[in-house]
Amino acid sequence: MDLSVRIGSLTLHNPLIAASGCFGYGVEYADLVDLASLGAVAVKGLFLEEREGHPPPRIVETPAGMLNAIGLQGIGVRRFIDEKLPELRARRATVIVNICGTTLDEYVELARILSDAEGVAALELNISCPNIKEGGITFGCSLNGTFDVVSAVRKVTRLPVVPKLTPNVTDVASFARAAEEAGADAVSLVNTFLAMVIDVETRRPKLSNVVGGLSGPAIRPIAVRMVYECRQAITIPIIGMGGIADARDAIEFMIAGASAVQVGTASFVDPFIWPKLLDGIRSYMERHHVARVADLVGTVDTGPRSDQP
Amino acid sequence: MPPVDVAAEVTSNQPLSADYNVLRLAAPTIAAAAAPGQFVMVKAGLGHDPLLRRPFSVFEVLRDARGAPKGISILNKRIGASTELLYAARPGQRLGCLGPLGQPFVPVDPPAEAWMVAGGVGLAPFAALAESLGGRGVRATLFYGARRAAELFYLDFFRDLGVELVLTTEDGTAGERGRITAPLERALASRATVSPGTPGAPPMMYVCGPEAMMAASAKLAMRYHAPCFVSMERTMGCGLGGCYSCVVAVRGADDRVHHVRSCLAGPVMAGDQIVWDS
Repeated sequence: MDLSVRIGSLTLHNPLIAASGCFGYGVEYADLVDLASLGAVAVKGLFLEEREGHPPPRIVETPAGMLNAIGLQGIGVRRFIDEKLPELRARRATVIVNICGTTLDEYVELARILSDAEGVAALELNISCPNIKEGGITFGCSLNGTFDVVSAVRKVTRLPVVPKLTPNVTDVASFARAAEEAGADAVSLVNTFLAMVIDVETRRPKLSNVVGGLSGPAIRPIAVRMVYECRQAITIPIIGMGGIADARDAIEFMIAGASAVQVGTASFVDPFIWPKLLDGIRSYMERHHVARVADLVGTVDTGPRSDQP
Repeated sequence: MPPVDVAAEVTSNQPLSADYNVLRLAAPTIAAAAAPGQFVMVKAGLGHDPLLRRPFSVFEVLRDARGAPKGISILNKRIGASTELLYAARPGQRLGCLGPLGQPFVPVDPPAEAWMVAGGVGLAPFAALAESLGGRGVRATLFYGARRAAELFYLDFFRDLGVELVLTTEDGTAGERGRITAPLERALASRATVSPGTPGAPPMMYVCGPEAMMAASAKLAMRYHAPCFVSMERTMGCGLGGCYSCVVAVRGADDRVHHVRSCLAGPVMAGDQIVWDS
């Protein structure tokens, strides 16, 4: 049984990736999860500099989901390379570094610095965080901005470049196309949906940032639809995510068109979810006589329903 | 020990009031490893709604007839979907319980004294701490404030351990009327003239309760030069450092304010380290 998948020049030994922003820098989980057993670990979004993020409250629970507005708190790229990357290397993790800038030059600088670091497998461009005012999503909500940031980073690195797309646009497939034209090796989607929760007793928003990003099982059908639409629009691989909570969900994304998947919120609930997901994928492949997991990608059958006349 | 996730059987659910209950869970591995002040992440129901686990201090470590750890209890207060389910949990039901997590209280030994300061559901870490202090022969006092007499729980438990009780209620139905920080300040003031390390000197303070009460207690501790640890309560997503939800503002060695994750750096933190007015 072959669980490997390809993301551009990068081969993952299985399609499961810990989602950025949901797994710290990976090292937090090193004693609980065999990091080498994951397809990859996407670490928390990094700027050039340290950031403290928003004041609490930073999350609020919603039906089958949660909102977050962390504000990209982070230790900055230099400290990441010095303090976290050595342990990730020692644990033999495949590391995808999520990077975020306020200007094009910052993305380029981050890509340069990380291209020289040992143990970075790919760059995920965060152009979709809904929780910070400056940078990031201003690129991700403009077709030209998406094209410009991807092509600028493309020019300075040989690492696979994977822009992470926002769902908070009318037509996400056009952004996937812009990323492909700019030379992206793959796209990842979706980031969270911009949302809001109000405490009706106090009439105050429940997050300090007023609005935040919705994740969790509640968003899964929308995310699956977006992956499906992007699969029709581009030929580069898609890393799919949005509310995956078990193996069936992961397989659903792959059938919709994702070559690999990221899992975030569900690993908050169950940090030991990874071997369960792998076992579930294996048993699905057995039941359906699928020898290579990559053969599932984009196999959704939208032809005439056989149960109808 | 790294935390473990167990499907813990509810062995009893003891209602304490219309809002509070004590849930006892069979979890020997967690019970054996837990230190006072640590917490567990409990999944209140099956399925996706409610989705996240909620953090609870280990209230008591439960032991069998021979003294071997067999489980833990948690002190629950109904405030939302998960705590509502936990209030209604039935014996025999199984709940996902991940732990033990976080930094425990730093214990003291005689001749140092320990003062526990609890507000409302902030009593949660102190049953286990009182037992541990009793085992060390430490003289302990519990300053415990609640809204009304009917919301002061487990008083006999603490009395049986030899813990001295100082009680306040907001409506005056038990103990002194008002806030717990009033008798706390008088007690600290009465010790202020005694030099540290001698009998009667400022005690070690352990504080858990509403944020304003913890801030006031920590400031009193600083004013009277008492060492003070607080157990911070923040909304947590994972309890493991993954989500960065539960941050507390602290002043770093560089004198700048940093956000640290209370699941990893806490929940027990030094009271003088926290930027209370942030």
